[in-house]
This record gives sequence, structure tokens and C-alpha cells, in this order.
Amino acid sequence: MISFELTEEQELVRDAMRNFAAEAMRPLARECDETESLPDAFLHQVWELGLTSTQIPEVYGGGGEERSPVTNAIVLEELAHGDAALAIAAVAPSLFANALVDHGTEEQKQAHLPAFCGDAYHTGSLALIEPGALFDPRRLRTVAEPKGQGFVLSGAKSFVPLGDRASHFLVIARNNGDTDAFIVPRDARGLRISETEKNLGLRALPTHGLELERVEVGPESRLGGNDGCNVRRLLDNSRAALAVVMVGLSRAVLEYCVPYAKDREAFDEPIAKKQAIAFLLAEMHIEVESSRWLAWQAASHLEKGHAVTRSAHMAYRYASEKSMWVADNGVQVLGGHGFIREHPVELWFRHARTLGVLEGTVAL
Amino acid sequence: MPIDFTLSERDRGILQNVREEGLICRNYARYYDEHEEEFAPDVLPEAATFEPSFDVSAHPYDKRVDSGLPVISALASIGSTWGDYSVRMRRGGGGLGNAALSAAGTDEQKKKWGGLTLAMAITEPGCGSDPSKVQCTAVLDEASDEWVIDGEKIFVTTGCRADGVILWATVDKSAGRAGIKSFLVEKGTPGFVVAHKEKKLGIRADDTAAYVFTECRIPRENLLGLNEEVQTKGSGGFRGVMKTFNMTRPMVAAIGLGIAEAALDFTREELEKAGVVLEYGGSESSLSAPAARFIRLETLFEASKLATLRACWLAGEGQPNNTESSVSKAHAGTAVREICQGCIEMLGPMGISREHLLEKWLRDCRITDIYEGTGQIQRLIIARDLLGYTRADLK
Ligand SMILES: Cc1cc2nc3c(=O)[nH]c(=O)nc-3n(C[C@H](O)[C@H](O)[C@H](O)COP(=O)(O)OP(=O)(O)OC[C@H]3O[C@@H](n4cnc5c(N)ncnc54)[C@H](O)[C@@H]3O)c2cc1C
Repeated sequence: MISFELTEEQELVRDAMRNFAAEAMRPLARECDETESLPDAFLHQVWELGLTSTQIPEVYGGGGEERSPVTNAIVLEELAHGDAALAIAAVAPSLFANALVDHGTEEQKQAHLPAFCGDAYHTGSLALIEPGALFDPRRLRTVAEPKGQGFVLSGAKSFVPLGDRASHFLVIARNNGDTDAFIVPRDARGLRISETEKNLGLRALPTHGLELERVEVGPESRLGGNDGCNVRRLLDNSRAALAVVMVGLSRAVLEYCVPYAKDREAFDEPIAKKQAIAFLLAEMHIEVESSRWLAWQAASHLEKGHAVTRSAHMAYRYASEKSMWVADNGVQVLGGHGFIREHPVELWFRHARTLGVLEGTVAL
Repeated sequence: MPIDFTLSERDRGILQNVREEGLICRNYARYYDEHEEEFAPDVLPEAATFEPSFDVSAHPYDKRVDSGLPVISALASIGSTWGDYSVRMRRGGGGLGNAALSAAGTDEQKKKWGGLTLAMAITEPGCGSDPSKVQCTAVLDEASDEWVIDGEKIFVTTGCRADGVILWATVDKSAGRAGIKSFLVEKGTPGFVVAHKEKKLGIRADDTAAYVFTECRIPRENLLGLNEEVQTKGSGGFRGVMKTFNMTRPMVAAIGLGIAEAALDFTREELEKAGVVLEYGGSESSLSAPAARFIRLETLFEASKLATLRACWLAGEGQPNNTESSVSKAHAGTAVREICQGCIEMLGPMGISREHLLEKWLRDCRITDIYEGTGQIQRLIIARDLLGYTRADLK
């Protein structure tokens, strides 16, 4: 059936996250962006919510709650509404942990999952994007060559989130025609982690480049062991999640613009009374809503185990186009004031442009 | 029921049936486009054995697994106009006036007129987007217990074929919106003339008529809802009439989306024949230009469809959906235009050839953003709701 109904529990979680985002994220966003810093205090605070650990099975020390990508989408939209950079930092650990839960061998789970169930923020990170123009996740240049029982990884990655904090990287590489994911510890020989990259938006979220110079890893590093894993599904999941982040961001823009436009006067009346502005706001609303339903659809397909490549692609592409449109016009609604860093719309403008090209940072 | 985007077996069965029937309708699409003076037959011989598929309420329904009635109706609508707009419109389901009757009529009125195909006449030569300026008058003749209708109506969908019409007329011009009431006039009533049939860009097989009423007398009980009172405060009555559109707007969106989907399916097939590979999951830059463009249009369709289903789902839950109805109509109104135009551009000259239906779909879909409130009017409704503005604040 087609249904858009939140369960009571989902409504409660949504409200709780909305409050958390308003109190613990939005007030930090500007300063974190200006100083390009991700406060440990925030990570600690968000860690206590148990976003990652509660969904890890009990045998590995987690809360053993059933994971619902749809509920996670509802949560993530709220966090991103607070701030997209902080939201990604908050749920980045889930990408790594979920990948292990879904695709890892028993040994891999035992080796890596307990670390995500402790008291301190802990994360791994996905190393997907590669430097240079025309990056395409379907045509990777990083390769894994078999050597003995294990592999040798060579290539370069960029925009790896939280490269400074991640204990391990999930390096996506070509392996004999297929695509595989390899768990690589940060201190692996031949792995070089770059300085923090300097990006347009999401400045609070440090990203790094990785150079893999014949990094030798054992057979146990291949996610899923001998069978490998469905990397496509992992990436689809992350695309759906990123779509959700962009929905939260677009909603933030709209909700900031509405009261502003009612308050700001030009030619003797609020600018909101002019159709040119009012229709922009209406259009923003239309796109926020439509983007959300596409993202929910992808999340629901994930939850049910259905094919999701197409619906995640659509959700991701649509949200990236529309969130940029919304943020761009958010600046326009504020006019010159939109250009000034006193208001958050320029921050959201930079976030939107950045998110639209950044795959592999979050998961549902 | 929790968030879900997977159709049940029953849902899929209904839609499969609708599509099969739609394909039969499609065989007639070109003929009735080119012979707009003829009416398409009520029963298509090849489709005679089909169940009345868009009477979806006839299908047994388990609310734990199946989509609600408004949702499946919208999906069925998409399916049937995917077959063909015009031929489909002619078949079953009544006209727009039937929706108004079931929304505002008394039980007795519904029983009496429910079997008629009813058109809906609001628009006049001097007023379209602003229906509060209706000039058509209804004057009560207490002596004979009759309403006397005078005025003109234009652009009446199915106006020629309908058995009667629900029309808006004012009983008190000084009362503005509150003075506007709906009346039912049956064909054949003296003083009611079908003056003209329009020639249109698209949806040609769907007739569009102009009516003239001259001292047209109808029984007093032909006032829809029977409420003769003119409220002096607020526009409660008017709002009641406008509520009719909370379900018709998403349905109009659905009708447009069916056409757009037909265009997409045709274009996909032709692109694939020409060797274009549609690949999902990759980056935009790795796709060929036609593939990237096509996927973008498909995505637009999907977004629009979900916005429409959202408005319908709310209706099925008995929740207010005024804004969402406008969201769906506004979204689809622009999406279907962009999709059909884009498909033609991608296919090049074959897109405009009348050997195929794509050029017809472009003409047919264009109405989506016009009737039942233009795209601009939908945006006004959405903006007012967002801003907490009245119609006086934002017009
Ligand atoms: C094929 C067809 C079938 C139809 N079927 C029916 C039917 O069955 N029953 C019926 O009653 N009517 C019907 N209509 C009429 C239709 O609903 C109107 O044409 C439509 O509402 C627009 O009114 P209008 O044509 O008078 O345009 P106008 O009201 O003159 O509008 C012209 C332009 O101005 C814009 N505009 C108007 N007001 C505003 C505003 N406040 N702010 C910004 N822009 C504004 C409009 O969006 C439009 O772009 C039909 C029309 C067609 C073409």
C-alpha cells in the first residue's frame, strides 16, 4: 500500500530530535563553520543519544533494536535541519557500523562493532570519492590486487569525512572487475592521510584525502570475506541518506525565510505580500515536500529489502538539484542580507552546493 | 499504517487491468484527436469485457495491506490517461459536477441525480481565476417556487455530452462570495442553451462547451445543499464549495501525470532502440547527455507522483489536505509540461511527427496547469497557508 503515516514512536523520535537539533546544533552551527571545528563536547552529547549503538545487535554490545531506515530518515532530516555538517558527523559512525552489520562476516563484526558500543564517540569512515574531475562511483580508479591470501590496495581517495578521527576506513576499490570494500586501519603501512581539506561548505566536518601506496591488507579486510559484499547497496543507502540531509537543509532555509519575509518591508508592505516573493516560498515548500517523499520511498525500499538503486538515485539527484535551488533562492529572499554571514542562508547555500556532490558520508 | 511505498497484490491487479484497458483506448487516441466533432463511443468493443476499472471502490479492500481509495483512484487515473486522456475521460465516473454533487448535495439530491453525468460550470467570459466575481444570477421567484437563472458560462468540460450541469450563480451580488450558490440544471430545461463547442490545443475528444441561460427556470429544490441563507459574515459557504477541489486537484494532477508517463515510456523505448543506456547509481557526468536528461525527467515524474499520492493519502485519512492538493497540482502542472517538452526535444523530429502520439501528449498535458485553478492560483493558496495570510493579504 501507499502510506505516509508516521508511527507514534516515529513521531516521538522526530519531536525529540527536532528539539535536540534546535538546542544542541543550530546554535553551534555558525561558529563551527567559521572556525572549521567539530567540538568534542558536541560529539559526546550526540553520542549519548545512541544513534549508532542502539541499532547494533546485543551480541556485539549494542542495544539490539531493529534498524529502520525509514525511522533513521526521519531522525536524520531533523538533525540536518539543525545543521548539515554536524548532522553528518553525528551519524557518520552508523555508515561504517551498518555496513559491518549488513555485510560483514562474523569475525569482522566481532572485531569492529564493540568499539561502536562504548561511551566515547567512535567512528570509521567510507573512502569512496576519488580526486579529479568526472568521478563516478561505477568507474573507480582505486584497485585491489590479490597478493597471497590478501590484497594490495593502490589509488587515491578524497573527501573522506572525519579522516582525522576514523579508526578505520572502508576503502571502495575495484577488484578484478567487481567492486569491493576493504577495511583498512588508519595506521596501515602505505596509507597516508592528508591535511584537512578546505571546502566550500560543511566546514565543521573535516574531510581528508587518502593516498594508498601499495597498502597490503589481509583476507579478513575484505568486507563480507570471500563472498565480498554488495557495495552497490551500501552506496544506494548512503545516497538515500544524503537525500534526507538535503531535505532537512531545504526545510531549514524555508522556515527561516517565511518569518523573515513577513517581517521585512519594502514599498510600504511586507515583501511576503509580493507574489514574486510569496511564489518563491510556495515553490520552496513544494520542493521540500516532494524531495522528502522521494527520500522516504528510497528508505522504505531499503527497509523492505527491495531493489533500491533507481529510487535512491532519484531521491539523491532530485534532492541535490532542489536543495540547491531552495538555498539559492533563500539567499535571494533576504537580498543583500542573505549575502552577509550574519544570517545562516549563505551557510546553507554553501552546504547545499557541497552536499549535492558528496556521496558516501551517511547511511540510513 | 506505517510509511510504505509498496503496492499490494490487489493494488497491482487493479492497475494492471487499468493499463490493459488504457492500451485499448490508445488505439482510438489519434482518431478522436483528429475528429473532434465526433463523440467517442461509450463502449469500446475490444474493452467491453473489462470491469469498470476506475470504479476502484468496487474492488474488495483490506485496509491493512491495500492502498486507500483516494490513492488507488489517483494511481488508476494515471493508468488510464497513460492509455489516452480523451477516450478515458469519456468513460464512466461522471463529470466534475458529480464530485460537487457528492460533496455538497443532500442525500435526496444525490439519490435523485447521482446517475446523471454532470458538468461543472463556474467560469464565465469575465471571470476565471477569481470565481467570486461570478455574474450569472439566480433569482428566487417565490410565487412559483422557482429559481430564475440568467447568464453565460464558458469552458464547461463535457458540457455537450453531460445530462446536466452544476452551475455557480449569485443570489446576492452585494454579498460577494457568500452570495454564490450551486444549482443543478438539467439539459432540456427551457432557457438553457448549449451555445458553442470550443476548438482546442489538446484534449480534443473531451468536449468543452459554452452555455447561455436566459430566464431559465428551475425548481427551488435544485439548489445544491438546499441552504438558501446568505451568510453575512465570513465565506463559510463558499469555502464549502471550494472544498470540492481538495480531491479534484490531485486527480487533475494524476490525469496529467498519466500523459507524462506515456511520453516517458515511449521516449525510453525509442532512446533504448537508439542505443542510449540508462544507468542508475552512477554519477551525472558518466551518463550520456540523453540518458542524464531522461533520468532527470523520470525523477521529476516520480516526485510529482508522490506529491499527488501524498495529497490523496491525506484525503483517505480524513485529514485536511488543502495545501497538499495545491502542492500536487502545482507540481504536476509544471512537471508534465517539462516532461513532454523534454521528451520531444530528446527524440528530435520524430517527437513532433503526428505518426506518433508524443506531439499529442504535449498538447493534451498542457491543460493540467490551467483548469481547476492555474499554477499561479495554486501557488497563492500554498503561500497563504505558509505565511498565515488571508486572501486579502495576498491576492
Ligand atoms: C479545456 C478547459 C476545460 C475547462 N473546464 C472547466 C469546467 O469544467 N468548469 C469550469 O468552471 N471551468 C473550466 N475551465 C476554466 C478554467 O478553470 C479557467 O480557464 C482557469 O481557471 C483560468 O481562468 P481564465 O481562463 O479566466 O484565466 P484568467 O483568470 O484570466 O488568468 C489569466 C492569467 O492570469 C493569472 N492570474 C490570475 N489571477 C492571478 C493572481 N491573483 N495572481 C497571479 N496570477 C493570476 C492566471 O494564472 C493566468 O496565468 C476550463 C478551461 C479549459 C481551457
